Amino acid sequence: MTWEIVIGLEVHTQLSTNTKIFSGASTAFGAEPNTQADAVSLALPGVLPVLNKGAVERAIKFGLATGSHIAPRSVFARKNYFYPDLPKGYQISQMDLPVVGKGALTIQVPSTGSGQAYEKVVRITRAHLEEDAGKSLHGDFHGMTGIDLNRAGTPLLEIVSEPDMSSAAEAIAYAKALHALVCWIGICDGNMQEGSFRCDVNVSVRKPGAPLGTRREIKNLNSFKFMQQAIDYEVQWQIDTLENGGKIQQATILFNPDTGETRAMRSKEDAHDYRYFPDPDLLPLEISPQWIEEVRATLPELPHTKQARYVNELGLSAYDASVLTSSREMADFFEAALNDVPGQAKICANWMIGEVSAQLNRDGLDMTQCPITAQQLGDLLKRIADGTISNSAAKTVFRTIWLWDKVRNNPPSNLVDFIIERDGLKQVSDAGAIEKIVDEIIAANADKVAEYRSGKDKLFGFFVGLAMKASKGQANPAQLNEVLKKKLAG
Amino acid sequence: MSLSIDDVKKVARLARLAVSEQEAQAAHAQLTSIFDLIAEMQAVDTAGIEPMSHAQDVIQRLREDKVTEHNQRELFQSIAPQVEAGLYLVPQVIE
Repeated sequence: MTWEIVIGLEVHTQLSTNTKIFSGASTAFGAEPNTQADAVSLALPGVLPVLNKGAVERAIKFGLATGSHIAPRSVFARKNYFYPDLPKGYQISQMDLPVVGKGALTIQVPSTGSGQAYEKVVRITRAHLEEDAGKSLHGDFHGMTGIDLNRAGTPLLEIVSEPDMSSAAEAIAYAKALHALVCWIGICDGNMQEGSFRCDVNVSVRKPGAPLGTRREIKNLNSFKFMQQAIDYEVQWQIDTLENGGKIQQATILFNPDTGETRAMRSKEDAHDYRYFPDPDLLPLEISPQWIEEVRATLPELPHTKQARYVNELGLSAYDASVLTSSREMADFFEAALNDVPGQAKICANWMIGEVSAQLNRDGLDMTQCPITAQQLGDLLKRIADGTISNSAAKTVFRTIWLWDKVRNNPPSNLVDFIIERDGLKQVSDAGAIEKIVDEIIAANADKVAEYRSGKDKLFGFFVGLAMKASKGQANPAQLNEVLKKKLAG
Repeated sequence: MSLSIDDVKKVARLARLAVSEQEAQAAHAQLTSIFDLIAEMQAVDTAGIEPMSHAQDVIQRLREDKVTEHNQRELFQSIAPQVEAGLYLVPQVIE
């Protein structure tokens, strides 16, 4: 029996403003408890929320980056519920008229064991501005709960997708693409450990062609790995339940990373009766076409535009282009290196995706911590392109730079040329020297030469090996092949 | 639309208001008269008029993204019933 999986995501992205959405208190992470909880965050009587322009600007950026409708007029509403970390007794959010409307995000779903990589468009339903709540700490406080309201009032953009994803792989590809995008356009710091990017995943299963099944919502996933585990577990649980004749009850569930299981939260009576109504403290938000155009002018070239340019102008494959634009740091590095060796886009891409990424991965570093600079990579590729060094010598130079102790050993201005010179890595392109090596090999292996000449072509590799060894790996391979072919032909 | 006494009790519970039977009856009478007023307003022909979300026809003023509020924890916590390690303490809540 086959089942179809249906997944939609609600992602809370914390906006990278200096201050809260409705007051001038700082949003810096890690401050002492309640030192950033001002009168508005505490909901003291008589305070009035005043909307942060920076938060609205970031919402506009997101709308532009996803080709979404940006509402000329949107409205804030009160979502009412009781919880100690929500001192007002309501959260200011948006309901009927959100700031960002329908849009879309194109995702690249990576290949799996059996399937090919493919592209998919996930529709975005809406994105709305709202405030975060505070934090409850259930530590040792004589049986009481501690409340820290520093986070209360931090601006969030809640991005809601259509239920367009049909596997855990697609859900993760979407979450990763969204994460990369909000970082790329600079509206969110993307720090998942600190809770800047939190995902709620709605999962249901159905028989192909049947109406949508009842969904369960997995709350607050803050890592892609947990998301994968939670969806896999939940899908299996729903299928097992249905196949055993059970029914799915709509529920909010939590994922426990220690057991790898999901479980339903104790359902609170009236939990979903939020009694939304327009917040009388806030007037409608108007966004003029001029403001949208001003914001548009500040947007960097977007990942999908860059991808298309890499394919059309630089001749890269769609796969290479998507890897190079997986983060803005990666794309900037690639372009800076390429600037040094114009016209070598393919080899530059190969080195970025190969050596650079592999080495970063091995050392657990990200692009911003890369020990080799874009300029140095460019210098290195230049020396491969002009024939000074072979590809294998280039890898040696690369590793030497990677491990260079910059503190104790201030690098010379052109470290690549310095290492090539110091370590004698120059490729032998001198025709006379290569011919001499080839002559010696032919003279010393008369029997094999005879075999080769009588038709045993496969021996060619044997001669290349000998010659390379004799040149200590420094002979220009193309030149060596040519001289060998000519001389062996007799 | 008519309001039942149970609706009144439910709204009171959602708002964490303790109401006696007598108070519920009184609130029911008052709320019903408000509903009558709403019904009267809803009878007005508003075809072609864009709904407003605020009584005043003005738009939201925006604030520059600059820190203007500074730490006043001690002052604010001086009126709190119980604090410890900078935290406000409340009766235990367990999810």
